[in-house]
Amino acid sequence: MEQMVNVFIMGKKYEVPASLTIMKAFEYAGYTLVRGCGCRNGFCGACATVYRIKGDRELKVCLACSTQVQDGMYLTQLPFYPLIKENYNIEEIKPTEQIMMQLYPEIYSCIGCNSCTNSCTQELNVMQYIAYAQRGEYEKCAEESFDCVMCGCCSSRCPAGISHPQVAMLARRLNGKYIAPACEHLADRVDEIATGKCEDAIQAMMALDDSAIREKYNTRDIEK
Amino acid sequence: MYTEEMLESIKKVEAAREANAALEPRRMTAQEKDDLLKTYHPDYRDDQFGTITVGPNKGEKAPLELIELLEGKSRLLENRPDLSCPDYETDVLIIGGGGAGASAAIEADNAGAKVMIVTKLRIGDANTMMAEGGIQAADKPNDSPAQHFLDAFGGGHFAAKKDLVYKLVTDAPYCIKWLNEMGVEFDKDAEGNMVTTHGGGTSRKRMHAAKDYSGAEIMRTLRDEVLNREIPVIDFTTAIELIMDDKGQCAGAVLMNMETKEILVAKAKVVILATGGAGRMHYQGFPTSNHYGATADGLVLAYRVGAKLLYQDTLQYHPTGAAFPEQIFGALVTEKVRSLGAKLVNVNGEVFMHPLETRDVAAASIIRECKRGNQVSTPEGQGVWLDTPMIELKNGEGTIEKRIPAMLRMFGKYGIDIRKQPIIVYPTLHYQNGGVDVDATSETNVPNLFVAGEAAGGVHGRNRLMGNSLLDVIVFGRNAGIYAAKKAKDVTVGNLTLDHIDAFQKELNEAGINPTKLSPQILPEYARKVNK
Repeated sequence: MEQMVNVFIMGKKYEVPASLTIMKAFEYAGYTLVRGCGCRNGFCGACATVYRIKGDRELKVCLACSTQVQDGMYLTQLPFYPLIKENYNIEEIKPTEQIMMQLYPEIYSCIGCNSCTNSCTQELNVMQYIAYAQRGEYEKCAEESFDCVMCGCCSSRCPAGISHPQVAMLARRLNGKYIAPACEHLADRVDEIATGKCEDAIQAMMALDDSAIREKYNTRDIEK
Repeated sequence: MYTEEMLESIKKVEAAREANAALEPRRMTAQEKDDLLKTYHPDYRDDQFGTITVGPNKGEKAPLELIELLEGKSRLLENRPDLSCPDYETDVLIIGGGGAGASAAIEADNAGAKVMIVTKLRIGDANTMMAEGGIQAADKPNDSPAQHFLDAFGGGHFAAKKDLVYKLVTDAPYCIKWLNEMGVEFDKDAEGNMVTTHGGGTSRKRMHAAKDYSGAEIMRTLRDEVLNREIPVIDFTTAIELIMDDKGQCAGAVLMNMETKEILVAKAKVVILATGGAGRMHYQGFPTSNHYGATADGLVLAYRVGAKLLYQDTLQYHPTGAAFPEQIFGALVTEKVRSLGAKLVNVNGEVFMHPLETRDVAAASIIRECKRGNQVSTPEGQGVWLDTPMIELKNGEGTIEKRIPAMLRMFGKYGIDIRKQPIIVYPTLHYQNGGVDVDATSETNVPNLFVAGEAAGGVHGRNRLMGNSLLDVIVFGRNAGIYAAKKAKDVTVGNLTLDHIDAFQKELNEAGINPTKLSPQILPEYARKVNK
């Protein structure tokens, strides 16, 4: 006999197998998910969930797709959170301190409560990456925030109204475009292709008949 | 977390680890690979395929589950919406909000077209977001587009459309640059050189990555760019039929709000289908690594208006899906784990293959190893070990956290530290190698209907290499956006019609088929049937 546990979906009790993830528990209970379900594997941030275990005072957050149910879980989903996303032209902005001040000035109202870090479903040090963003240290902000799935739990707990995932998104784009070193071999190859220098070799490859290209493929050298 | 029996087997894996890590297993010959595939690859299980009865691919082979959808019942068979006053009018209508759809939108916007995206979930809820391992491009001095062509064409069993592969490999470096200049972060060394690795079947190290969040990093940046440009994104709205005009051109789509079920009409000069794959069809009962919405909708929509499919009978089973614990059954374990040096090991601690054969060969080889009785048994079935601690033995401590943090996290949630213990893997349904047949401008045989990304077929032949799908969605997403915007300039839309629904139904009836299953599928049916 399968072990069962009781969970409370938006306050209503359902008995579900103990081995299920929260997402599969919703489906076991009979829900057809449209909201609050995306990649089902921890990458998209669609299934942010807030819960409390009966008898426990602490409010917890997780992704429903990658968290197992526990007995006495009171569950509610956060399928959407109204984050602030400022529009900008990536070609025109520069990785200066001023850009954060212009687009997301509320980051300077951070009171250091650390609620964002405590509510990160990816266990990131959210308050730290906001501190980096405040100081214009976008490379560090990008690295610290890299695993963010933009679920919005951090922002839902922030007394200063910061949209942390969007701040991090901007920092990563600034870092990727302006701060990380440019790639010379990439620029060279793009140029070689554009000026036709790669054309003869590939045309020769495409012109091979079936048996010749099979032979070439089966005997090609493989870089160690 | 592991059972006693598994722990016993792990002892053998550990005892052999050092010797196994040093081993360079022989690669299979062409003949050995052919024999292996024919005996063990799921594509060769004849009882799992049927013959398509109607439409442009009549008489051809396809998975039974796909045939049921292709020959399914339209949601609009009885009730037709009024097409005379459309809810939306645009130049370019993009159906699907993944990597291909977003790339197409950006390029069509660049070309000055009026663009809109409709997507059945949210923009970015797509397989692109889940791509872990990386994206190929021949940009190193020892590599070339010609070499990339050879790997992709050979890996696809010489069946790909050459002009599409040409486009894929010659646009690849530019697309990496395009992404990088948009702000996508790639793994680089201090001088800016790309940190690249092998994938299964590559002859040069050309796999570019952003840790093991490669697709997520690309997708969230594309999404951010689409939003910056204020391109309209109509989310939680699915396409249920394409609309044609009386000149035989594709001219829009009938949409349905996923929550309220409201039916809406979108009129467009051209349509780009970028609806992705079909993993959630669970062909042959396999688990899947795919996104919730991967239900082959694009193939069904296109087929009903007369677009041809290509290689609809070939699916990719990713060799390393998680086989344990059950909470992550079928989830993707990126090929990058093997690129970084982890080998596949059987229950006795023996390496049974080269870890970087192409995906179809690797999947078939794992299935064979299990059928030989060398499997690790799990509550859900079986698998083989993927010896992750080898990575740090080879590359030093800290490599796993730095290069594959998502994998560390995924297993860590269930008490498995992949730095210390190996993991159990078995093939999982991963990718639709075929799709809608397109030309080098991404257009189908139906005028003004473009298809890009996983929904299109032909570029990967009968087997796709790791890192060529993320590349495909960028190259052909952009390509479709550029050509669709160009074509839209000269299109005059005629009178809108849904007569093709009747014509298709008539064909079904004449073939003796009376479908009851509604298609496209839209979402998988996972809710437990609570009323018996």
